Amino acid sequence: MAILEVNNVHLSFGGLQVLHDVSFSVNSGEIYAIIGPNGAGKTSILNCLGGFYHQQKGQIDFNGIDISHLTPDRRASLGLARTFQNIALFRGMTVLDNIKLGSHAHLKTGLLDAALYWGRAHREEMELREEIEKDIIDFLEIEHIRKQPVSTLAYGLQKRVELARALAMQPKILLMDEPVAGMNAEETEDMVRFILDIQEERDLTIIIIEHDMRMIMDISDRIMVLNFGQKIAEGNPQEVQQHPEVLKAYLGTDKRGQS
Amino acid sequence: MRIGDFKESYATDEAVFTTSTSRFWLGVLFLILALFPFMVGDYLLYMANITGIAIVAALGLNILTGAAGQISLGHAAFVGIGAYTSAILSNRFGMPFLICLPLAGLASAFFGVLVGAPSMRMKGLYLCITTLAAQVIFEFFFVHWESLTGGIRGLNIAPAKIFGLNIGTEFGFYWVTLTVVIIAATVSRNIFRTRVGRAFIAIRDRDISAELMGINLFRYKLYAFAVSSFLAGIAGCLWVNHLKSITPEHFPLHESIRFLAMIIVGGLGNILGAIYGAIFMTLIPEILQAILKFFEEIFPQAMSFLFPLQTVVFGFLIVVFLVFEPHGLAEMWVRVKSYFRLWPFKH
Repeated sequence: MAILEVNNVHLSFGGLQVLHDVSFSVNSGEIYAIIGPNGAGKTSILNCLGGFYHQQKGQIDFNGIDISHLTPDRRASLGLARTFQNIALFRGMTVLDNIKLGSHAHLKTGLLDAALYWGRAHREEMELREEIEKDIIDFLEIEHIRKQPVSTLAYGLQKRVELARALAMQPKILLMDEPVAGMNAEETEDMVRFILDIQEERDLTIIIIEHDMRMIMDISDRIMVLNFGQKIAEGNPQEVQQHPEVLKAYLGTDKRGQS
Repeated sequence: MRIGDFKESYATDEAVFTTSTSRFWLGVLFLILALFPFMVGDYLLYMANITGIAIVAALGLNILTGAAGQISLGHAAFVGIGAYTSAILSNRFGMPFLICLPLAGLASAFFGVLVGAPSMRMKGLYLCITTLAAQVIFEFFFVHWESLTGGIRGLNIAPAKIFGLNIGTEFGFYWVTLTVVIIAATVSRNIFRTRVGRAFIAIRDRDISAELMGINLFRYKLYAFAVSSFLAGIAGCLWVNHLKSITPEHFPLHESIRFLAMIIVGGLGNILGAIYGAIFMTLIPEILQAILKFFEEIFPQAMSFLFPLQTVVFGFLIVVFLVFEPHGLAEMWVRVKSYFRLWPFKH
């Protein structure tokens, strides 16, 4: 069953056509990968899904609802969470506060409750803390750094905290922009293990952009290939690997060596 | 981390004063504050009162500029709105102090939200200029709406009373200021223990990803403006009831910059920082005066340099803190504490 449907999306900035007639649909519970050479428009798709860019034409349906015109914060509260290519944590806060911030849309404390604190706000904060400790901090093995400011952490850990924050949003779809870029083999393995565990245990749909082909081919259920803003192939890892257009896009030549 | 500091529930881990040592020193501080007015004369009480008023205003600006990252050059105008609201309400309608206080805050918060509305489309320098415009516009109103504000002659008000008790004296007013400062600091701290305060900091640190986290940027920026100018209005009400008169000259741009200096010197986004900064900046003119008095024997005109020297010293302090201590006095205090925790042993 499709949880996300993207139909004929066009996106351009001035004269620059970034996405041209891109359509795809993502099934509930699968890991869907988007790959392509640099500048193919992968991150732009995520930005369209998240609501940071607005496509000129086309429609995005999430769970059967058209979300094309919703603001980013509305889409987040519907269940779209995102991790970023260049870590976008809040550097001035501790790990714990960053994760708590992910739950923002699910909390109810208003300005007055916050000012009084004791009572409703306190109760909510304590429930939140317990939930986060149990479901996220334990799960991602970051107990030892929960009180540290994120700016002091190593790169791999920051990526993991970003994943934690996205999980705190209780998403239905997790959008991951290059989750293992710049990581060493061990950190990559850890991250892949977490991604697979998340998909399995939480019944989440994951859309992932990544340049690490070995990892993509290992974990994705289906892959879409973009080149110059156009979708050139879609299918399971084996199909995509043998697709002539894909080989052409990545190697600049087809199978027989002709240009 | 301290040895023997075990926590058995998340609630104790999230408490503000986690150790018995810090609770003990907090008690000592309250005791000193309670005994203070019985031990000193009117002049020091006057100093304590204007410091307290500055602390309330600085706590407000700290939420808007320090935590939510929206620079405001109009904070003095919001203090002014609170002061005028309070004076007008008590002069014309004979309202008691305890009713004027929240109303002054609300009036100021209302105008704060109005001035904050352009923050939907503008940020950084542009928003800064908008608040500067607000400062100039409100100052203009203070001077020229003579039927309401009394023009450049300003307004005088009668000494305030709470339940028949006269708080017009320095001694009486001290207790009012102290109570309001404690409440204002507690409320500020509370806000940062919940999702509202976290949203403010998120907007400062990275507004784009804050929005993708589900934070409605516009609403939370307005919240920040509202809380900040509410506290400014409260400070204004205290101000006018303390001095018992106001003129437009009390709330110039220079005063707005002084509030900014307080939170920069104290430590941006830090509640204790706002308090340290307000104390420090209120005491500096006094220290300068003492120094100049000392030199008066050698240079008879030394005192005439007091005012220009103040401006120079303020500017100098802002630059020095921005360059060498961007986290302000609060951070310095943390360093001093952690040094003496193990003193005299090195590690």
